[in-house]
Amino acid sequence: MRSKGLVISLGLLAVAAGGAAWTLMDRDAGPEVVAARMEPVSYQLPEEAIPAELADAGAEIVVNNCTACHSLEYVTTQPRGMGEKFWHDEVTKMVKVYGAPVESADAEAIARLLAERFG
Amino acid sequence: MSGIDRRLFVAGAGAALIGAVGKAAGSHSITLPFANGTRPLVQLLGKREMILLTSRPPQLETPFSVFNEGLLTPNDAFFVRYHLSGLPTEIDPRSYRLALGGHVEKPLQLSLESLRRDFPISEIVAVNQCSGNSRGFVTPRVAGGQLGNGAMGNARWQGVALKHLLDKAGVRSGARQVTFNGLDNPPADGVADFAKALDIDHALDSEVMVAFAMNGEELPFLNGYPLRLVVPGHFGTYWVKHLSQINVVDAEFDGYWMKTAYRIPDNDCRCAEPGTKPDKTVPIGRFNVRSFLTSHQDGAKVSAGRTTELRGIAFSGGDPIKHVLVSPDNGRNWQAARLGEDLGRYSYREWKLGLTLAKGQHALRVRAECSSGETQPMEPRWQPAGYMRNVVETINVEAV
Repeated sequence: MRSKGLVISLGLLAVAAGGAAWTLMDRDAGPEVVAARMEPVSYQLPEEAIPAELADAGAEIVVNNCTACHSLEYVTTQPRGMGEKFWHDEVTKMVKVYGAPVESADAEAIARLLAERFG
Repeated sequence: MSGIDRRLFVAGAGAALIGAVGKAAGSHSITLPFANGTRPLVQLLGKREMILLTSRPPQLETPFSVFNEGLLTPNDAFFVRYHLSGLPTEIDPRSYRLALGGHVEKPLQLSLESLRRDFPISEIVAVNQCSGNSRGFVTPRVAGGQLGNGAMGNARWQGVALKHLLDKAGVRSGARQVTFNGLDNPPADGVADFAKALDIDHALDSEVMVAFAMNGEELPFLNGYPLRLVVPGHFGTYWVKHLSQINVVDAEFDGYWMKTAYRIPDNDCRCAEPGTKPDKTVPIGRFNVRSFLTSHQDGAKVSAGRTTELRGIAFSGGDPIKHVLVSPDNGRNWQAARLGEDLGRYSYREWKLGLTLAKGQHALRVRAECSSGETQPMEPRWQPAGYMRNVVETINVEAV
């Protein structure tokens, strides 16, 4: 019992030594708090490749416009064989809804090319 | 910066990075079980090898086998979803501030130290799931992130209940909603910044949390370091990452990501006739109930005539899991599984069942039911955006 008392006293001492920082918290009832690291954290976007299906000169209009905002997996992972309207709707959504800076003639050409390649 | 300037800037930054970071894509890949489902496995900052959906912004799916390793999803395997490619490139924890303002008595600027020091800290185990989890299985197929079942995870979140922050700032009468914004920004000027809103009563419910840690460690960068909103029982779209601004507003927030995106049919089944658009929609909200078999993959072989131990998980939007039923014969007969440890009504709940299967092919089905009676549909429901898939899963195994 005596040693347990000692441990508790040391524990209280440790809390006190930790400073007044925790006074508003009920530390006994609460979880052990995960401390904040102090060093800045930096992040670089991962490498990005042009998928083989869009790597030829004919697909430049897609690469040049679409990669302004996102990588090209957004295009190539979509389901195939969805028809011309699917691609037209997607490109229209990018321009009209998301405000992608794409000229309307380019938007039509992009939709046509995607429909030809991906169905 | 004009749209065009920004566009050139972003494209230039992207080009400069090629070959600079990350593991070469294509060395490993996985094929998700739907058409056009092959994806590279890549390793990004703070993550183990995961399924790459997109590189910019980074989007990663958890390999499904992880869900059989334990009830909590490890931080380095937790899924990653972003909307906009303007990610912060450096975050300094010493100067980071969370601003809380708007329709309040006293706006706050909170440091990470103050959050830990000046407010009660709590923990909650809760599932986060992308609205479009499992979209790749939706038939007829729909546009959007073509995900398997790995855009979900379960973690023990630590932070401060939003209520304490709002109470300190003093919400003024007439407050209707609270909006949330993070450091991720649009790639061009015309694109709507990603911001979300909760009704004021929800924001004050003591469950919604500003979290700084998950599973005993600070949030990984890609899961929202240093702060993210945790909205237990609700789809991930509300769990704003790199949270930097909270605003109390006295009107319904009409930002694009509330008013136009992330809407679901306003009817009982939360569904539409395939290929049609619903007349009326509401913002997506709570999860519908789901359950999975995690111990066996589709096509697995088991021993005929001997007990096969099946294991899996179930979860809901907060209505406790009452039972999980397993069918050995494609839904004709059902047996109740044993439920495992209860980590709270927002957590995965483990289930287990020993089944003896005769030689041959077996379509196993798994179906969870909540206390209220909510259960999973035997046939998939359909939404135009592919949200909220929760059909009773089928796993084919062969007993040999």
